[in-house]
Amino acid sequence: MPRISVTVDGIRYDEEVEPRLLLVHLLRDRLGKTGTPIGCDTSNCGACTVLLDGRSVKSCSVLAVQADGCDIVTIEGLSTGGTWHPMQRAFHEEHALQCGYCTPGMIMAAIDLLHDDPDPSEEAVREGLEGNLCRCTGYCTIVRAVRRGAREMSQEQEGVATS
Amino acid sequence: MTEQLDAGVVARQIKESDVLGGPGGGREVGRARRRKEDARLVTGRSQWTDNIQLPGMLYVAFLRSPMAHARITRVDTSVARTQPGVVAVFSGQDFAAEQGSLPCAWPVSEDIVIPDHPPMAVSEVRYVGEAVACVVATDRYKAADALDAIEIDYEPLDAVTDMTAALDEGSPKVHEAGNKAFTWTFAQGDIEAAFRDAAVRVERTFVQQRLIPSAMEPRAVVAQTDGDAFTLHSATQIPHILRVMLALTTGIPEHKLRVVAPDVGGGFGSKLQVTAEEVLCLLITRRLGKPVKWTESRSEGNLTVHHGRDQLQRISVAADADGRIRGVKVDLLADMGAYLMLVTPGVPLLGAFMYSGIYKMDAYDFTCTGVFTTKMPTDAYRGAGRPEATFAIERIVDELAAELGMDPIELRRRNWIQHTEFPYTTVCGLTYDSGNYEAATERALALFGYDKLRAEQADRREREDPVQLGIGVSTYTEMCGLAPSRVLGSLSYGAGGWEHASVRVLPTGKVEVVTGTSPHGQGHETAWSQIVADALGVPFEDVAVLHGDTSSSHKGMDTYGSRSLVVGGVAVVQACEKVKEKAKQVAAHLMEASPDDVEFTRGEFRVRGTGTSRTIQEIALATFAAHDLPDGFEPRLDADATFDPDNFSFPHGTHLCAVEVDTETGATRIRSYVAVDDVGNVVNPLIVEGQVHGGIAQGIAQALFEEAVHDADGNLLTTTMADYLLPSAADLPAYTTDRTETPATTNPLGVKGVGEAGTIASTPAVVNAVVDALRPYGVRDVPMPCTPERVWRALGQARTPQSTDGGLS
Ligand code: FES
Ligand code: FES
Repeated sequence: MPRISVTVDGIRYDEEVEPRLLLVHLLRDRLGKTGTPIGCDTSNCGACTVLLDGRSVKSCSVLAVQADGCDIVTIEGLSTGGTWHPMQRAFHEEHALQCGYCTPGMIMAAIDLLHDDPDPSEEAVREGLEGNLCRCTGYCTIVRAVRRGAREMSQEQEGVATS
Repeated sequence: MTEQLDAGVVARQIKESDVLGGPGGGREVGRARRRKEDARLVTGRSQWTDNIQLPGMLYVAFLRSPMAHARITRVDTSVARTQPGVVAVFSGQDFAAEQGSLPCAWPVSEDIVIPDHPPMAVSEVRYVGEAVACVVATDRYKAADALDAIEIDYEPLDAVTDMTAALDEGSPKVHEAGNKAFTWTFAQGDIEAAFRDAAVRVERTFVQQRLIPSAMEPRAVVAQTDGDAFTLHSATQIPHILRVMLALTTGIPEHKLRVVAPDVGGGFGSKLQVTAEEVLCLLITRRLGKPVKWTESRSEGNLTVHHGRDQLQRISVAADADGRIRGVKVDLLADMGAYLMLVTPGVPLLGAFMYSGIYKMDAYDFTCTGVFTTKMPTDAYRGAGRPEATFAIERIVDELAAELGMDPIELRRRNWIQHTEFPYTTVCGLTYDSGNYEAATERALALFGYDKLRAEQADRREREDPVQLGIGVSTYTEMCGLAPSRVLGSLSYGAGGWEHASVRVLPTGKVEVVTGTSPHGQGHETAWSQIVADALGVPFEDVAVLHGDTSSSHKGMDTYGSRSLVVGGVAVVQACEKVKEKAKQVAAHLMEASPDDVEFTRGEFRVRGTGTSRTIQEIALATFAAHDLPDGFEPRLDADATFDPDNFSFPHGTHLCAVEVDTETGATRIRSYVAVDDVGNVVNPLIVEGQVHGGIAQGIAQALFEEAVHDADGNLLTTTMADYLLPSAADLPAYTTDRTETPATTNPLGVKGVGEAGTIASTPAVVNAVVDALRPYGVRDVPMPCTPERVWRALGQARTPQSTDGGLS
């Protein structure tokens, strides 16, 4: 069985995996990283989104072996020192979740979206999150949250830059 | 575009000061409290059923029928048993003696046929996806692998997927007794006279397409036993009902069965079910003595989570020349699918009393025939029966307006119940306790800019603009807060509609609330905390809400039908009242006063006219110590209450939708959407807004996007999320929402429920808008979902001179 080495939320794991093992199953079933859920089997829902070397991927469409040598951040690794990531705060503040099943994927996808567009318009958020489905919220509050998170992230960065 | 959307989103800014009964006052009820639930959900610490891992746990995978209708002639599991990691393989035959029949709790009529429904098919399959065998293995991959090694021979039988065809004489029979499940009728007033004397009669047939509920969390079940008792974790909306039903089905005594609904990722009715997989996982753990887990894949779920809607509605309305509605007639065919599941036959009945909508009329006539087909059974899906009814009446009122050449708002004004007429008993016999349709409509028209949009529409029509503007109206009401037990009994439902709550006061004055409701996204932990904080004068943070586990919450009727707040929330209030009464006794005793002289405000008991007081926390501690209590006083403040409402509640509102329809491509774009809902008093405006938004989205999804499609052989063609079009953020508009507040008079909170309102209201608003855009071309209906192709075809058909019917079949 292939042996891989991955870093997940700052911790290194060396694992022997079947070549067909999906990254999301490695995370959930082997590493106990159950914060990342699975919503479909056709890469449509985005519930399983994580950051792989800084960019969002749907972890159900990546093989664990493909993640060999990579750095993965899941929803569980977002807060630092007990402080939530601004995007987590924004989702809470804007009531951007109901059942919360889509939320980990939405938050990870939203963070990645801001890489390319740190201040996205309403429309850009809607287009940018097209690959993440939510059945509960109707999306308006998610759009608000992403824009709020974006503002807070850039404020934080400014804070870092000026301090 | 961006500005326009932004304007929509911020139309109703929710403010912290948004408080029931006026600003300030320090009350929790009415505040836009951020949710307690979020902490675990935004950090990935939620406990979904599939997260559960137990030592020695085995994984179950089901083999499912590839045929819609066939006899099982041979099953061979011998090779599968030898596959690596495989612990056991079972077929229907293995469970035949013990698996019982999946329950139907709603035998709606005397003539109903309730066929035997084995959790695992033994000799015949009746829909694609029905479980025929299963593998139990040491991991989920191995379980799935071994499915391929099971051999099953089928002798194909004819499928029947169309409910009209299913009623034909020569149709293939789904069950021995034939394809008619039941007929249910209801009539009030002289319908003959109403139609005979009317100046105008309009008849339409609407198709409520089959939908796949698609909660984002797939179903999952974990079953375990210690050899005596059983614990079942399930992604369910109904842990309490499930426990009773599983006990009855499997023979496991109720007191030996604990059912837990941990965090549940949405339901929308789809998890209001007793499923084959829940029964089978219990049986497997009983056989093997090991914990087992089953988690469905989405494709498996699309096939085997019960579907929604699927009705054929023939509705006619009779009216005077001035638009006064005289009567409504409804002839409904409802596709049951292959079996009757938990409330399958009851779904159309939940709509039966709502086809008169908010309108006054002399007579009403309703017939429903439940039909078996070789498809997945249907059952509750958000609104369950009421979206269908509301769609039909709101669509036909728009059609009547067109027939009369009258503005659809004006026609509604002439017919709706005036706010001065409440309480009003409708032609269907329901007593609507309160409402103000005028106020909600006025507000909606103003937010929408109705007159301006009508002017623009006239202009575009005049110019023969290829992109036409359509305006759709939906003035809905719904019957929710399920439900008065007596009424359910009179409709032959198998259980009651009460709800239970216990309030436990801990020694330090913190409070635990045990609720029989079972939230899966609705925010009960937050809302119930707000209610208790006000009732007992304790801080919001000091309240914990326990739910979804029959070992801690032993009594409940769970969450569906917009009932949780209206029934369960009231039970919480009533339990708090009892706690207060007890605490007052202790307070009076400690302050050496008569209880009659003690008043309670904001967590403090005070002897009237003196400075002497005790906080509820002090009383809690004194009660715990029990050193100095009134004679004979039982040393606890805890109390419980079970509330059974006298009546349903009736939220209402006005939804307006403007669409732009490109007559060349058939593409529809929602340009603006305004919803003014009256859900009575509001506990948390943030949660209410969220429910309205999500509801509207699901209603729009039915109008424009979603449909479960079968081929003639009964194969579901929309098994994946790639084929079944769930709208994404890019497909949906921003909504402008507002509220009017007419308190319900049927419960002490004055609340009406909000879980289903948006879904019920929005579908007809959108379709009315699409048809309105195309009316100048002679289109009188577009079947749902109104995809570009269907719009384009409807236009083509209407333009063909020989066609008189704008719709396409
Ligand atoms: S689970 Fe990965 S996209 Fe749906
Ligand atoms: S919050 Fe439930 S699916 Fe998005």
